[in-house]
Amino acid sequence: MMLEIKNLHASVEGNEILKGIDLAVGAGEVHAIMGPNGSGKSTLARVLAGQEAYEVTGGQVLLNGQDLLEMDPEVRAREGVFMAFQYPVEIPGVSNTYFLKAALNAVRKHRGLKEMDALEFLTLVRQKMKLVQMDESLLTRPVNEGFSGGEKKRNEIFHMAVLEPTLAVLDETDSGLDIDALRIVADGVNALRSKDRAFVVITHYQRLLNYIVPDRVHVLVDGRIVRSGGKELALELEEKGYTWIEQEVRSKTGNAGAAVAAVGA
Amino acid sequence: MLTEAELKQLTPEGVEWEMANVWINDYRAHANRRSETSQSLNIHSLRSEAIQRFTEIGFPKTHWEDWRFTNVSPIARRRFRRPAKSLPKVPAATLARLTWEAAATLVFVDGRFVPELSQRGELPEGVYCGSLAEALDRRSSLPALPKEGKDLSLWLGAQASFEMHPFVALNTAYFEDGAFLWLPKGAVIERPIHLLFLTAGSGGSGEVGKWGKESDLPVGAFPRNLIVAGESSQVRVVETYAAVGSGKKGVYLNSPVTELYAGPNAVVDHYKVQRESHEAFHMATFALRQDRSSNVSSHSISLGGGLVRNDVNALLDGEGSETILNGLYMIAGKQFVDHHMRVEHAKPHCNSHELFKGVLGGHARSIFNGLIHVRHGAQKTDAKQSNRNLLLSKDAVANSNPQLEIFADDVKCTHGSTVGQLDDDAIFYLRSRGIGAEAARSLLTYAFASDIVERIKVEPVRKDLEEFLFTALPKGEVVRQAV
Repeated sequence: MMLEIKNLHASVEGNEILKGIDLAVGAGEVHAIMGPNGSGKSTLARVLAGQEAYEVTGGQVLLNGQDLLEMDPEVRAREGVFMAFQYPVEIPGVSNTYFLKAALNAVRKHRGLKEMDALEFLTLVRQKMKLVQMDESLLTRPVNEGFSGGEKKRNEIFHMAVLEPTLAVLDETDSGLDIDALRIVADGVNALRSKDRAFVVITHYQRLLNYIVPDRVHVLVDGRIVRSGGKELALELEEKGYTWIEQEVRSKTGNAGAAVAAVGA
Repeated sequence: MLTEAELKQLTPEGVEWEMANVWINDYRAHANRRSETSQSLNIHSLRSEAIQRFTEIGFPKTHWEDWRFTNVSPIARRRFRRPAKSLPKVPAATLARLTWEAAATLVFVDGRFVPELSQRGELPEGVYCGSLAEALDRRSSLPALPKEGKDLSLWLGAQASFEMHPFVALNTAYFEDGAFLWLPKGAVIERPIHLLFLTAGSGGSGEVGKWGKESDLPVGAFPRNLIVAGESSQVRVVETYAAVGSGKKGVYLNSPVTELYAGPNAVVDHYKVQRESHEAFHMATFALRQDRSSNVSSHSISLGGGLVRNDVNALLDGEGSETILNGLYMIAGKQFVDHHMRVEHAKPHCNSHELFKGVLGGHARSIFNGLIHVRHGAQKTDAKQSNRNLLLSKDAVANSNPQLEIFADDVKCTHGSTVGQLDDDAIFYLRSRGIGAEAARSLLTYAFASDIVERIKVEPVRKDLEEFLFTALPKGEVVRQAV
């Protein structure tokens, strides 16, 4: 298994958000994680990427058999983990391209590869830009500064294309995108699918999964995966909404689940 | 003069009082038998008034509003000496490191012009670019000055008042030399003029009980610069302040005053790069007056010094003039930097924009005091002021104090100040792409400062500053690659 998550618990500021996640993702697979607002989808992504505000209180995450949770965020990135941010950060004063070159070279160095010079890098960048139909002007601008919502999301996929991760976690990369931008982003992701690379696609809406067809779909409710299935599960959710599955969870877990549902409402 | 043993019996205030007297008596002793650089009675009386004023007010006290946060007692309680007859040698490496190709490079050591180290290329006709002391001596040989410029003493002290500024008073009384730049009407100098002020640190600290021989005392230097840019002239001037040698060590006092007059429609781009020794005291004043439709931009870069004060006084004294004042201070350890800005809008339709950024590490401390004063009748004033500080350690402190005094009713004045830390989300974003934690912090710090760096139009100055940042920031090699 490329990624193994075992009974993962995590909290933010003392509130437990993830209450025991189990998930296994093999190389070459695409897993979708869906769920209502506040179910813990983004928390899972951020814990995988190593954001320090999220405290892991229990469980284990293995990346190719190595303890992922022990690694600093940059080491995870160098080991091949990439998270596309739900809200990419604007960084004034830091050039989108030069920064990416430093990042790529940090990754290459870690993997024992030769650092790229400016010319090699530029050739690579030109080629990868086409994947997401990025405007060349976005290369010279500071990271995400003044980018539109769609441009920011495309920039994330562009970063991913350059860094060539083995495990990519997309955190609601589709939200807020119009259908054209969604297609471009999805095409970019599909072009990067390979037998050596796994994707965890986190989304609130089924729509993205029309374009990025997953191997598995998991439904996250209240910090737990309550149902897993094939791509048809996404369609079922689309049809019936999350309420259906939340009610089912509530009837199983009794009062505790009911309280959560009430808060959610 | 009291002996060191006697001084040790006094209270700290008593020591300050006595040391102020040392300055005053030393001035008087020399004034009597001074072969005054200018025989002009005017200069002599200006100096006398200045020392008289210093006699009345002494060193700044922290109960004075303008010096509330800046305690100068480390200066006031020390003894300094005059620059020696024969100046310290400047190592070739120091010069090579600090100079670059300019229209003219004037080098001053301990406040005195050193022609052998200076270079002057061809300058437009009628331009004077050289030693102020020489100009005061040979006034008659200067190109025709306009009526108001016939007597240089009328320009000196016209902008930089010593009324409530003891260091300007000491400078006025004590200055030996400095740069004098005169641009007649229409003169345009395309390449920058570089004024390099080197001061030599001494073995001793000048503290009571540690005086030693006269030559062990730290030097007190008072460079005095005068820049007069005539109508429709254009010039770029860089002032660099650094220690002789390469180290961050060495005690001295350097207290320069630069006065600038920008005539009608003149364009002046001014830089002050302060890279003094980290044990040095640097008490500087830059005072400028602008005539109608003139345009002055001035950049204050403060990287060195132990105790540093920069007073910047801009008087927008002609309709339609514009002032841009930018600054960057980047300090650590126990460095202290104070910027005291006073922008005075005297005439209508003038713009002033101030942007000062500070990066503070260690136990460093900064003050930014920005006063915008809009006089009655200065309608359509557009004044902006912004001071942003980045604290890299929990022990660093930045004070920011904007002040507006507005006596006109149709004006636009804004100010803003921030003191903050690096953005955790941005650090995480960079790390999530594979950049190490330290490099991410450095990269963001560089980005914060780059805003000011990019506004520097003199390439060697900009490159030097970039180089400084790459060297000063941890993992600077990653930053170098990423910007």
